[in-house]
Amino acid sequence: MSKVRVLVGTRKGAFILSSDGKREQWDVSGPHFAGWEIYHVNGSPVDPNRLYASQTSGWFGQVIQCSNDGGKTWEPAGNEFAYDGDAGTHQWYDGTPRPWEFKRVWHLEPSLTDPNVVYAGVEDAALFCSSDGAKTWSEIPGLRRHGTGPSWQPGAGGMCLHTIVQDPQNAQRMFIAISAAGAFRTDDGGQTWCPINRGLKSEGLPDPNAEVGHCVHRLAMHASRPNVLFMQKHWDVMRSDDAGDSWKEVSGNLPTDFGFAIDVHAHEPETVYVVPIKSDSEHFPLDGKLQVFRSRTGGNDWEPLTKGLPQRDCYVNVLRDAMAVDSLDACGVYFGTTGGQVYASSDAGDTWNAIVRDLPPVLSVEVQTLK
Amino acid sequence: MIRVVLPAHLRTLARVSGEVHVDVADGATQRTVLDALETSYPVLRGTIRDHTTQKRRPYIRFFACKRDLSHDSPDALLPDPVIAGSEPFLIVGAMAGG
Repeated sequence: MSKVRVLVGTRKGAFILSSDGKREQWDVSGPHFAGWEIYHVNGSPVDPNRLYASQTSGWFGQVIQCSNDGGKTWEPAGNEFAYDGDAGTHQWYDGTPRPWEFKRVWHLEPSLTDPNVVYAGVEDAALFCSSDGAKTWSEIPGLRRHGTGPSWQPGAGGMCLHTIVQDPQNAQRMFIAISAAGAFRTDDGGQTWCPINRGLKSEGLPDPNAEVGHCVHRLAMHASRPNVLFMQKHWDVMRSDDAGDSWKEVSGNLPTDFGFAIDVHAHEPETVYVVPIKSDSEHFPLDGKLQVFRSRTGGNDWEPLTKGLPQRDCYVNVLRDAMAVDSLDACGVYFGTTGGQVYASSDAGDTWNAIVRDLPPVLSVEVQTLK
Repeated sequence: MIRVVLPAHLRTLARVSGEVHVDVADGATQRTVLDALETSYPVLRGTIRDHTTQKRRPYIRFFACKRDLSHDSPDALLPDPVIAGSEPFLIVGAMAGG
């Protein structure tokens, strides 16, 4: 029988939530790495028992942990993230140059084909790769050196590379996103990169249609249609049908189009989920009502999903890496909140239950569907 | 033998309890003690000093014999009682945060 494993990163440790395919009863293990910020835990699609975790601390820096038994035991791996050559400068919040400085790993993305290959998106924004199971890391320098790097600026959460999306049909193609530089694509395995931000409009920029500088919060793709991308930008939900060459807004009837998380149904490539957040100055749901919105039309037409979610006095946030789906026949949808709840739906969002309610603030949620 | 006291998070990371002991050749300094510590416990590399610059991380302090050694040269000799093993070298995480 299928099983589901939910990998949760929080401000004070990692938790692993496990259930059978019914997704009614959950076992909770953790905290792993108690007291540390766990920005992300992710598993290899080739070997689901191979997990990688980003363990970080303002005091003690970055640690990478690796598990070969689905999170029962862990071993520290390599934690040296050295920029390639002279790192140069990017822009600080006030526009002055600031040297690139490694701070932490936001996102770990294991390869689709090799469990020993894993990508890391880091702050200050750069893409790293390990080919030896996270023992050693090398920067993929073409991204920062494609030309616009010195003009990148941090978003409110730092200048982080937070999204890595691999094209399952083209091993040479990958998408990444940086706050607040925008989205980028490589078509040659990381050697060269191009900004893919045409169609984005950000009123906070001197040129709202600039090539780079957009605060992209998250990208999502359905594996069957890798040329179709969905984006939750700072404001605006966007869609591209040409692998990011151009974007159009699909916010439609959303009550607010600010938000962080976005994901796509496992079996319906036109079914998309977002969690609208009131505004960039008020990071909580509208009117204290936690609502997931679902579009079955690839955007524009959205319906609120509220059954089982708090509809009063709820002022949590859902961060960019904190939503995921499973691939069971009845697609499960999961998200974590800054209030420490992890909500799950086993019916594609129609109804919700809290798997756990009182974790530390949730930074990330990944889901593994185990056969 | 140099006695080293690690903060709780680093004891957990290194899977040790209580003090750890490192052997350093004549004339122990911050640098030689930390080099020996990281040789014995490679997982601590990067957690006390920056990998590249080898500078003390900003929220880490070094104390010994009721003195703050954080701003001493990493190549200055440690106090005699530390070198003699009668006092520990304390690696401390700044008390801040939640």
